[in-house]
Amino acid sequence: MTSPTKIGQVKTVQVDTGPALSRRRYTKVDPIPWWLKVLGGLVVAFFVLPTLVVIPMSFSDATTFQFPPKGFSWRLYENFFTNPVWLDALGNSFLVATLTAVLATVVGTAAAVALSRLQGRTAQFVRTLLMVPIVAPAIVVAVAVYISFLRWQLTGTVTGYVLAHTAIAVPYMIVSVTGALGGFDPQLLKASASLGASPLRSFVRVTMPLISRGILTGAIFAFIVSFDEVVIALFLRSPTFQTMPVQMYNSVTVEIDPTISAASSLMVAAVTIIFILPQLRRGRRGRRQESHADDT
Amino acid sequence: MTRETTVKATEPSSGTGLGTEIRLAGVTKDYGLASPAVDDISLTIEPGEFMTLLGPSGSGKTTTLNLVAGFETLTAGTISLNGADVGNVPPHRRNLGMLFQNYALFPHMSVAQNVAYPLRERKAGKEEIARKVADVLELVQLTGRDGDYPSQLSGGQQQRVALARAIVFEPKALLLDEPLGALDRNLRSALQVEIRRIHREVGSTFVFVTHDQEEAMNLSDRIALFNNGHIEQIGTPQQLYTEPETLFTARFLGDSNVFELGQAALDEKVAQDGESWIVEPGTVAAHPGVRASSAIVVRPEDVEVAGSRDAVPSGANAVRATVRDVEYMGSYRTLLLAMGAGGLPGRARTSALRGEYAIGDTVVIWWWPRAQRIVAA
Ligand SMILES: Nc1ncnc2c1ncn2[C@@H]1O[C@H](COP(=O)(O)OP(=O)(O)OP(=O)(O)O)[C@@H](O)[C@H]1O
Ligand SMILES: [Mg+2]
Repeated sequence: MTSPTKIGQVKTVQVDTGPALSRRRYTKVDPIPWWLKVLGGLVVAFFVLPTLVVIPMSFSDATTFQFPPKGFSWRLYENFFTNPVWLDALGNSFLVATLTAVLATVVGTAAAVALSRLQGRTAQFVRTLLMVPIVAPAIVVAVAVYISFLRWQLTGTVTGYVLAHTAIAVPYMIVSVTGALGGFDPQLLKASASLGASPLRSFVRVTMPLISRGILTGAIFAFIVSFDEVVIALFLRSPTFQTMPVQMYNSVTVEIDPTISAASSLMVAAVTIIFILPQLRRGRRGRRQESHADDT
Repeated sequence: MTRETTVKATEPSSGTGLGTEIRLAGVTKDYGLASPAVDDISLTIEPGEFMTLLGPSGSGKTTTLNLVAGFETLTAGTISLNGADVGNVPPHRRNLGMLFQNYALFPHMSVAQNVAYPLRERKAGKEEIARKVADVLELVQLTGRDGDYPSQLSGGQQQRVALARAIVFEPKALLLDEPLGALDRNLRSALQVEIRRIHREVGSTFVFVTHDQEEAMNLSDRIALFNNGHIEQIGTPQQLYTEPETLFTARFLGDSNVFELGQAALDEKVAQDGESWIVEPGTVAAHPGVRASSAIVVRPEDVEVAGSRDAVPSGANAVRATVRDVEYMGSYRTLLLAMGAGGLPGRARTSALRGEYAIGDTVVIWWWPRAQRIVAA
């Protein structure tokens, strides 16, 4: 018998750091060689620098596109925040992306949980079918959506945008939640049931907390998929309802307005913040668990 | 033992934890495989009894337990708790505690939160929860670990938390599916003692699944021995060991020397054979229900070893054997034998006082007919 009195006195406080911890362990066992680090740095630079180029340009005081930018001014941001066309577009994009994220979270989580219980060929088939929106050419999806939405009179409406964006966002949600469910022990649901919890209660108290990271990641992806989406948005736009990407497209092809570099910078900033937020949240939760203060 | 308890059929209520009778009648589960996983099992588990479902891998023990818990649906038959048919009651309303081999603790909840889980689901008050959690953690000797998370506990401690969680709501019965299977030997026996103690203190019905015969012998009031989806024999550990009804039972529990009879033994011809073995007239053929397919079973501790046939007392049955190996076990030693003309593997327990035997010696193994069991193959 392990003597419980002794163990009881040892108050080791350890935080469930999850994947972060195991990542650190891998590093120790198998150090990353310097050339791999350099290569990694180059790849990051290649992907990130072009995006970051727009940021200095957005502070230029020139009236046309110039690189490297000349002078410094907030003029382009002023333009952006005083022009109702830009502001409406930004508002519309946030609205559509938020609603899409909510709808895709509900639908995608439900679908992923259901799929995880299915086995065999049917499940495999359904899984593949649900991935179609990811692999199908965007223009094909857009045309199909456009034709159907014309008939249902959904073009240029928030509902139309949200439905179309949800359709393309749900697969990301499913992938993300399915991944989280892979590490979920279904025996926990049996335990929960034996302890008196209905299937719904078990989902809320056991499944959801344990796959919350997957749900959150999926929701962020859904938000960004919608926020970035251009092709369908171009088809669905109406004179009174446009999203940010569409307005940006207009501003380059129709008006040649340098305000777009401010708009682009704001998009980059928004997307980056949305990606970083959950990391901060995770840090807070870790600390909370450590203090054993919560009582849920 | 037979206490009358009336419970509504659909809602086995909490609080009537003590002494639930579990009755299985004609229980069958067919997954559509070659043979049903559980095949027409009838079994009554008495209130407060510690019943073990013992059997080899794949014999249907877990399936039976899952049927009782409600995680599988019956193909045929009925299961009732205290006389109330629970066939259509979902698992979360059956009020049965369950323990799993891999503990199944909720990793995102502390020890206290895990143990409080079933009480929360039953809408217990804050003070009641605090009191019951403290009491049950004391019962499993984990006082002071309330704030720890499962990942901070050893396997044995985790299983004790799971045990606390499974009994804190006073379930009608506790179902345990190889709860000690993942633990090392020392911890296993320590937890066996603990489980026995808790069974005594709680007084509830325990249904314990294992494939470890020693564990089953140590813990159980009665054992139901499973083989291939049916129950081979039900009885106390003592009964199963000393009065096996089938060859399977004899072989599964403890070591046995087995002689398959064949027609010659029935005709009592073996006695005259004299070459390899001697069966006293009347000790086999006269046995009720004996058939050519039956077998004689004798435990290694019930046989004596003699140097030659002349040393065998009259009235005893005997067989010639060669010593293949000697295992020294401290207070006694076991001879591993090749018996009879066919060289059947056998064992005899002996001691230095009764004579030394070396590998290669030819000996005669004998036993009194009352020590032998005649079982169906
Ligand atoms: N969900 C299932 N689908 C199909 N067949 C199953 C299922 N569960 C169990 N079986 C089959 O039923 C039989 C009995 O399985 P069961 O798990 O009850 O055995 P067990 O006695 O608990 O064995 P073990 O000691 O290995 O746990 C096995 O042949 C198994 O393959
Ligand atoms: Mg099993």
